[in-house]
Amino acid sequence: MTDSQKPRILMCPADYFGIEYEINPWMSVQKGTDPERSSAQWKALHQTLVDLGVEIDLMEPVKGLPDLVFTANAGLVYHDLFIPSRFRYKVRQGETPRFEEWARSRGFRIVELPAGENFEGAGDALFCGDALFAGYRFRSDVQSHQWIGERLGVEVLPMELIDPRFYHLDTCFCPLAPGVAVYYPGAFDEYGRSVILDRIPTLIEVRAEEAVFFSCNAVVVGSTVVLNQGAPKLTADLERLGYQTRALDLSEFIKSGGSAKCLTLRIDGEEAANWKSAATPS
Amino acid sequence: MMASPEQQATASRSTKTDAKPKGVVDEIEVRGHIVDSLLLPKILDRILQMGGAFEIHECKIGVKRSDPSYARIGVHADTPEALDAIIGDLVEHGASPVHPEDVRAVPADVATAFPENFYSTTNQQTQVRLHGRWIDVENQEMDCGVALDVEAGRAWCVPMIHVTIGLPIVVGHAGIRVLPVERARESSPFGFMGSSVSSEKPKAISLRSVAESIRATRAEGKKVLLVGGPAIVHTGSSEHVAQLIREGWIQTLFAGNALATHDLEQALYGTSLGVSLTHGAAVEHGHEHHLRAINTIRRAGGIARAVASGLVTSGIMYECLNQDVDLVLAGSIRDDGPLPEVITDSIVAQDRMRESVRGVGFALLIATALHSIATGNLLPAWVKVVCVDINPATVTKLADRGTFQTIGMVTDVEPFLRSLAAELSSPVQGESSPS
Repeated sequence: MTDSQKPRILMCPADYFGIEYEINPWMSVQKGTDPERSSAQWKALHQTLVDLGVEIDLMEPVKGLPDLVFTANAGLVYHDLFIPSRFRYKVRQGETPRFEEWARSRGFRIVELPAGENFEGAGDALFCGDALFAGYRFRSDVQSHQWIGERLGVEVLPMELIDPRFYHLDTCFCPLAPGVAVYYPGAFDEYGRSVILDRIPTLIEVRAEEAVFFSCNAVVVGSTVVLNQGAPKLTADLERLGYQTRALDLSEFIKSGGSAKCLTLRIDGEEAANWKSAATPS
Repeated sequence: MMASPEQQATASRSTKTDAKPKGVVDEIEVRGHIVDSLLLPKILDRILQMGGAFEIHECKIGVKRSDPSYARIGVHADTPEALDAIIGDLVEHGASPVHPEDVRAVPADVATAFPENFYSTTNQQTQVRLHGRWIDVENQEMDCGVALDVEAGRAWCVPMIHVTIGLPIVVGHAGIRVLPVERARESSPFGFMGSSVSSEKPKAISLRSVAESIRATRAEGKKVLLVGGPAIVHTGSSEHVAQLIREGWIQTLFAGNALATHDLEQALYGTSLGVSLTHGAAVEHGHEHHLRAINTIRRAGGIARAVASGLVTSGIMYECLNQDVDLVLAGSIRDDGPLPEVITDSIVAQDRMRESVRGVGFALLIATALHSIATGNLLPAWVKVVCVDINPATVTKLADRGTFQTIGMVTDVEPFLRSLAAELSSPVQGESSPS
């Protein structure tokens, strides 16, 4: 790891991105994606982040692993710990050794989950303040979240996801700062909604018609929110709270069920995570 | 944060009102941040939504937010399938079954004795977990051990006396679950009777229910067992029982030397213990009839021969032999004679009774305390038992010794049997007479 104070994000170029299988309702092998467009969209996101002062760590893309581009699903970063994902679907399981290799090369201590438990990294586990908000049912198991909570000594709040279109937590929930988040209520059951309402004092609700543009799947860098275009109401709400927005066209990635957030893994801690400013635990 | 007020209300309400156990029970545990994430109230709600009920057996709440909490919950459902469905669902929400281990067995080291710490059975349906699967224990009987055939994947109740060296016997309580018999529902013909013993129950309704149960048992293809004492003959009820047998309502009869002797005395002399059953008075030298009857049958070579030769032409024994009823006569220390068919080795008699109760769906226990209790001990809890006796203590004793499913009727047996025979004789609308 470097000592840079710059925000740091892991990305993987979209060279081999495409739709080779269908594991969520967005994917259609028949429709496929346009490689040129997806490559251009990825580069635009990369450039936007660089412009925002982010230091980008690039991973080598791998042929046959089209979803390696979605680095949010690599694992969970906590200080110098890296908990690699255990993908539910076999077609993505080949990504884990690549992500582990990357983490090892950057000096992370790798903590393995117990065998047999599914966990899809920052796709399903996001810090907001001190608590780790975690999504379960479609991809990650609630047991894996509880295990991580005990291992890290942090509070974990597993919330059931009920709409298969919002199969990862980061498709319907985006912490902006401690106590501030964006979420789409329709993706959660009433218990999950109660947890969010109770624990996060400042909330922006995303409307259903904007949620389908993956509006919650946003990258937060300081007070700037980078997200897919097509969410004017959310943009207005964010601006009211003092955030600037950068709307990009990420439509090719939405065909695969991902957007800005899915294409990035914050290595130095999310803006909303308290741990990034706290001392490293022994 | 805790559960919202409505959720707290749901949880506490269900803890109280649904605490009454339903049919099958298993325990789950859930740990982690289950309070603030509302996983605990959610799990409790899901149990109720899926038709189950719960009891919280243990609950430890973490002090700090990062402290995990823990709850151990008993989950009740009507059937094993429903329970599996509920637990399968709860696992998705982070719960895990508390007893994931297989049953443990050790080879018997002493013949006719169980190993130390053996599992002692009840008459309730029992299952053991073998290779991760729950299997039924066969031949369910109280006060036995459970023998295991791991390769064949079978488990069965085994009486102490039949233990052979090396037979694997279940020890401890791990990997064992009991599926209690559901309490009779309001709609069941037995529902109204409850389990209390009283002489002040409406007899006609009780009687109709017994008759309906006998009909239902036969319709299901199961056997009806009659366990009778000598009072059946003393009270002049032989003919009613003979009629029930003749009409095909009884498939199995358990009794002692006395019922058979009095029945044969009546067939041969028209008396029971010397009392004329037609006049109701003692006849001259009548007290000898009892022993003379036994002697006659012994001289004839047994009851079966006496019937075959035409010596005995009426009565309960006569009908049993004619109708091919499975007859088990178990002897006791005070028996006169006894009759040749009486089994005087009580272990042999016990085993014969054990064999004969298989397939019994309804047992009618009439005017005999010891035979009734012996039979009750052999019957699984799901066999309906009706005990009719003039003495309420007989019924109470039976229930106290574990045959809790017994329904008691305190009444003189003669009017009961007369009415039962009449009730069963009259055809029910839409039904034909029994085969």
